[in-house]
Amino acid sequence: MLPVWFFIGVLLTIYGVIILVIALGELSHPPAVVLAQYHPALFAGILLLLIGGFYTFWFWPGSRKKK
Amino acid sequence: MALTILMAPAIQANRLISLSPADLLIIVIYFAMVLGIGFYLKRYAKTSKDFFLAGREMSAWVAGLSFLSANLGALELMGWAAAAYQYGILAAHFYWIAAFPSMVFLGLVMMPFYYISKTHSVPGYLRLRYGEATRALSGISFAFMTVLMSGINMYAMAIVMKVVLGWNIHFSIWVSSLTVAAYVTLGGLFSAIFNEVLQFFLIWLGVLVVPILGLMEAGGWSGLVVKIHQRVHSDDYVHLWSTLGSFAGNPMGVHWTGIVFGLGGVIAFGYWTTDFLVVQRAMAAKDLRSAKLAPIIAAYFKMVVPLIVILPGLLALGLLPFRLVPESAVSPGLHSYNEVLPLMLARYAGPGLLGLGVTALIAGFMSGMAGNVSAFATVWTYDIYQPYIRKSESDAHYVRVGRWCTILGVILSIATAYFVTQFKSIMDYMQALVSFFIAPLFGTVILGMIWRRATPKAGFWGLLAGTVSSIAMYALVKANPAYLAVIALSPKAKDMAENLYRALWSWIICVLVTVIVSLFTTPKPVEELTGLVYGYTRFPDDGGLPLYQRPVFWGAGVAIFFVILQWAFW
Repeated sequence: MLPVWFFIGVLLTIYGVIILVIALGELSHPPAVVLAQYHPALFAGILLLLIGGFYTFWFWPGSRKKK
Repeated sequence: MALTILMAPAIQANRLISLSPADLLIIVIYFAMVLGIGFYLKRYAKTSKDFFLAGREMSAWVAGLSFLSANLGALELMGWAAAAYQYGILAAHFYWIAAFPSMVFLGLVMMPFYYISKTHSVPGYLRLRYGEATRALSGISFAFMTVLMSGINMYAMAIVMKVVLGWNIHFSIWVSSLTVAAYVTLGGLFSAIFNEVLQFFLIWLGVLVVPILGLMEAGGWSGLVVKIHQRVHSDDYVHLWSTLGSFAGNPMGVHWTGIVFGLGGVIAFGYWTTDFLVVQRAMAAKDLRSAKLAPIIAAYFKMVVPLIVILPGLLALGLLPFRLVPESAVSPGLHSYNEVLPLMLARYAGPGLLGLGVTALIAGFMSGMAGNVSAFATVWTYDIYQPYIRKSESDAHYVRVGRWCTILGVILSIATAYFVTQFKSIMDYMQALVSFFIAPLFGTVILGMIWRRATPKAGFWGLLAGTVSSIAMYALVKANPAYLAVIALSPKAKDMAENLYRALWSWIICVLVTVIVSLFTTPKPVEELTGLVYGYTRFPDDGGLPLYQRPVFWGAGVAIFFVILQWAFW
């Protein structure tokens, strides 16, 4: 059985890509929210990609790293 | 764009926040993922042990996160964020004193009895300890409570989706119900646990933007304290204990005895140690050590949940340029306490992040419902159907019944969701259900575990007396609110205090009746108590393990963490 961590990794990676793409577009057109100048979506996208990428890579089916 | 068009009939004009196509895409991907997990896990849920106990092969981490997430539904998130706005940091007691003693006690003291007795459920333990009558009473009352809880959870989600996103209430109820029914029916407890762990990550990552940016805007914790003081002209909202010397001295209208004995002593112990919804997750662990560690791991995370629940409520109190009002006072242009979390999300989260935050709320609602439905299917199949309707059927038969029970549980939840639309206060009825069924159950279970003399007849009559007395107290206050002062021991007490003291009284009544009846009836022979009662159960020794691998070591860490938090926010 694939571990739950693999599914978490895949979902967070997909979300990271989507949010990062949006965040890059927002660099020139920030959304109308409080503290938009800090680009929270950019940091969130990178964080999601890092966490998601780690879990996807580490728990990839057949990978021996998790052992 | 296509997604927006697809959902257009379900979206109404009045809404708190608007979602972009990217936000909707994030939500749709979540639904696809949970259904995909359900289909994937179907092949592994073949036996009853797989379907109802996830094969008893979960690691301590998975069981622990699932244990916590089964409780971390969106009602919990939205409700306690609202409570923090209303009562201040006092709401954090429901995460701190309600987590430390009880969850550690479950792990170190009670879990071995559940695990070693090899029972499938809490009512199953009561059958072994007290007999069929007590099992039947607790099984039926638990099944009734889970369906009501699940329906209330679903209704709350539909209301939030309507207010926040403008979604049609029926659309929300049916889409979420059918999704939960599909994935739990397919993969049983495997599916429920997988999605609960997934939801744990989504909730943290989806809501974390609020406390981080909120504290930046407020100028840190000290800046927030100043802003709250300017807003409410009182320091009562930022102190945990120093205002609890009298009922009138704090926004919650409660005395420290209610928090310590009612909440920390009875409600928390009852919920965390006997509510099968959460205990089932720890019982799915692969061995006793993992089962003991699961609630202890959950306790650490439970104590940091206020960061994403209580802190947003306090930030809203200090930062929002308008005041929120009770649900009963909402009129056009005003927002209720219950909208505090979506309001704060909308304040800081742009497209994409907003979709992630809303997905976290939806995931919370669905996992709360899935938890109730999977626990309902287990208790119904093992504690009602198998002993009283069809004994001695094949294992495959009971798995089929479990799947049908899952669908039945969802249908009953939908009916409950429509039923509760006529009630004014959701949280009121949730607290009432806990005090009716959980508080007395804790009295019955704990006496059974620690007192050899507790007899089968006493177990049944004690549980019945506790449940009936709790319902009677609730009805009495509804009929004549003046009795609130009697039950909560003060004319200055408020509704929340009544919930705490009602649970305390019903537990005391359960314990007293159990003790008195035990003294006049015949106890079970000692040989029938092996593995069920303290003193007659041999526990595996953790002594050979390194200190850092022992549950008691991590339990002591929870205690230290708890003391530091109380001191910091005294």
